[in-house]
Amino acid sequence: MIARVAGRASYDGVAVAVPVTVPYQRYSTQGAHWFVGRAMDALVERSGIAKDEIDGLTISSFSLAPDTAVGVTQHLGLAPRWLDHIPTGGASGVMALRRAARAVQAGDANVVACIAADANHVESFRQMLGGFSQFARDASYPYGSGGPNSIFAFITANYMRSFGATRADFGRIAVAQRSNALANPNAMFKVPLSIEQYLDARPIAEPIHLFDCVMPCAGAEAFLVMSDQRARDLGLGHVLVRAAIERHNAYAEDPVLVRGGWAVDRDELYAMAGASPDAIDFVQTYDDYPVVVMLQFEDLGFCAKGEGPEFVRAHTLTHDGDFPNNTSGGQLSAGQAGCAGGFLGMTEAIRQLTDAAGARAVSGAELGLVSGFGMVTYDRCLCTGAVILGRSS
Amino acid sequence: MTMPLMKPRRKNPVLRTRQMNLPPWARGRTALGMTAAAAEGRFELQVCQRCQAVQYPPRDACHRCLSSQLKWTPQAGAGELLSETVLHHSNDPFYRERLPWRLGLVRLDAGPTVIAHLHGDVAAPPPWPGDAAAATPQAPVRVHVGARLDRAGAAVLIGFPIEESEHMADDKMLREMTSDPKFRKILVTDGKTEVGQALVKALVKAGAEIVWVGHAEPWKKLPGLDDITALAQVTLVPLDLTNGRSVAELAGEIGGKVDIVVNNAEVHRAFGIASRHGTDAARAEMDINYFGLLRLAQEFGPALRGRSADGTTHAAAWVNLLSVYALSNYPPHGTFSASKAAAYSLAQCLRAEMRPSGIRVVNVFPGPIDDEWNQNLPPPKVAPAALASAIVKALKEGIEDVYPGDVAQEWLERWRENPKVLERELAAGG
Repeated sequence: MIARVAGRASYDGVAVAVPVTVPYQRYSTQGAHWFVGRAMDALVERSGIAKDEIDGLTISSFSLAPDTAVGVTQHLGLAPRWLDHIPTGGASGVMALRRAARAVQAGDANVVACIAADANHVESFRQMLGGFSQFARDASYPYGSGGPNSIFAFITANYMRSFGATRADFGRIAVAQRSNALANPNAMFKVPLSIEQYLDARPIAEPIHLFDCVMPCAGAEAFLVMSDQRARDLGLGHVLVRAAIERHNAYAEDPVLVRGGWAVDRDELYAMAGASPDAIDFVQTYDDYPVVVMLQFEDLGFCAKGEGPEFVRAHTLTHDGDFPNNTSGGQLSAGQAGCAGGFLGMTEAIRQLTDAAGARAVSGAELGLVSGFGMVTYDRCLCTGAVILGRSS
Repeated sequence: MTMPLMKPRRKNPVLRTRQMNLPPWARGRTALGMTAAAAEGRFELQVCQRCQAVQYPPRDACHRCLSSQLKWTPQAGAGELLSETVLHHSNDPFYRERLPWRLGLVRLDAGPTVIAHLHGDVAAPPPWPGDAAAATPQAPVRVHVGARLDRAGAAVLIGFPIEESEHMADDKMLREMTSDPKFRKILVTDGKTEVGQALVKALVKAGAEIVWVGHAEPWKKLPGLDDITALAQVTLVPLDLTNGRSVAELAGEIGGKVDIVVNNAEVHRAFGIASRHGTDAARAEMDINYFGLLRLAQEFGPALRGRSADGTTHAAAWVNLLSVYALSNYPPHGTFSASKAAAYSLAQCLRAEMRPSGIRVVNVFPGPIDDEWNQNLPPPKVAPAALASAIVKALKEGIEDVYPGDVAQEWLERWRENPKVLERELAAGG
């Protein structure tokens, strides 16, 4: 019998294991299917589960066209009995996990491979922007073609004006993440970043400057979802799903984004996990721009709305600090491999809670929060989600 | 305040002429409704006919009540500037060549938040007032949003200042959206008519640097020509649109310098089919009104296309003087109507062929002009000076289809309501 909180079934008995990262490359001539293949190969090899026993599959990718997830099954010779296609960018990790967890609980699948992979050719990023959504094609891309930079410039400028955040506040987030990235062998950026370098960087879309932006790259992230019993039987290091939420197009009436959908559902998130924000040992926020990290600190309840600037001034955000955030370096320093950027926090959280984070480990971590944010279809991101993962006893 | 545009220096002939890269032009079928309105100088958004919610970006269902009855409706455009940015990087070649580029996020009083190009005269939103002053918010920045066609011919929104200033048309962003005659070199194909002479005067007044004026029969001393040739900017040039060689010779001489072509040459006789036997008058009309345009477009089009990104006074526009009779035949002027319908169809082809270079094709559909060939028609008729100022306004505001005068406006409305009903009414005399 699965326990319920506020009418929702808990995620009891669901394990998340085998975090896989297919190393990122700035540009690769390989297509998305290649990266999906590398990820699946690593999942099979590292789990010891035969390919034929993987009976569930979710794929998150922007560059798989003309295929969807079903094309991947034939490409890789899989015959899953449960399939999902979740191309929701920064929210895809949380969304894939939620769906896979329910499939496993219901017995619709025993082992679900969740894979996010994207190619990056020299022309791909530019081509993706103009056709990203109907609203982007009609109402944002024709205006300067800055892509999300211009949208988040509006959001950042408005936030700064509303709450007194300064560029240096955002710089604290970016600089701490770079420090974390130096202990992540897979991070694209391998040199330290000082606050002076951050502040002196060239403008991209004021007030967004160079180190506020992620670097598009190619790569993949993946993990397996199965019952905790199965994970124990196989001797796989794994984490447990304590709570999860998602919300789309929240606060549509706000004329400019100042809060995300997490704020709608966060009480349920913590109630389901049986934990309060101060029990969380680290957070993996979605960091396409530093202002978004600040919004998550507020909307996930670590501080009140408008207190983000003061919060980042008062805390150290490195893996060994008092509020570890994006311990892999996040997308700002590890790189953004398309949809895999939405999985980066998930694989990192699994590593942190299974003692596989090496030199960037958060000591004594028991509970971690992974947050997702995706899909700038017009003037804001629409998808929000979060999960709380716990160390398995 | 926008600084006045300075007269550009002579071009260095050693440098390569910059070629045009259009801004992103793709739009969905629904979104093209905004372009259709902007082509006539209006800013329209969809309004739900069930719950009155204003929609943006364009939609296929109301975001509030899910109705599919969304009607394009003129908007006042008043709004508040919520946020702004200045782009220093763009993924698109058009913008990359024109950085930095200012954008605003505007909340329209009508409801939606829009992304818009921002005029330089719009003030920045007030800064964070500081902890102590946070309780006393500063006045928001009000803007006026309008729709314009961009260089790709697609509608875009622009945030304008509430207060107009003297040189605001010289704003760098706005010059990209318009075909302002200021400092441009213009060919008017026929200077002997009252309309031609009014056009020349209006273009000179609007700041044209040179106006070449076509003159098919230089030996004739026609009234009014002395007035315009007295203007320092005006040069008479021999041009006979019925003669391919004449058109080619003029294009060889000035084709590489013309920034705007205004083709106002026309032959207008008041005949139907039965009222004049034979085809001579109809041929003469077609030879100027249709084939004249074709000859002119073949000779002047390529050079215009090649110079469409050539500095601040790049080649910009092509104006066709058509007639509202092009929409539906007016039987008392039946053969003239037919020649203008042919010219209109060809002008649509010209527009399609000019679009990749960003040259705006402006089609002008006046009602009866107050000239000798419409002597027998009752008023209201369009005065030549009013027609000329409507054309200059269209160039300045980036309008693509112009219907000057009360008759044209009324015919257009009737034609849109029901073209078959209009046909019957015109057959019955108007």
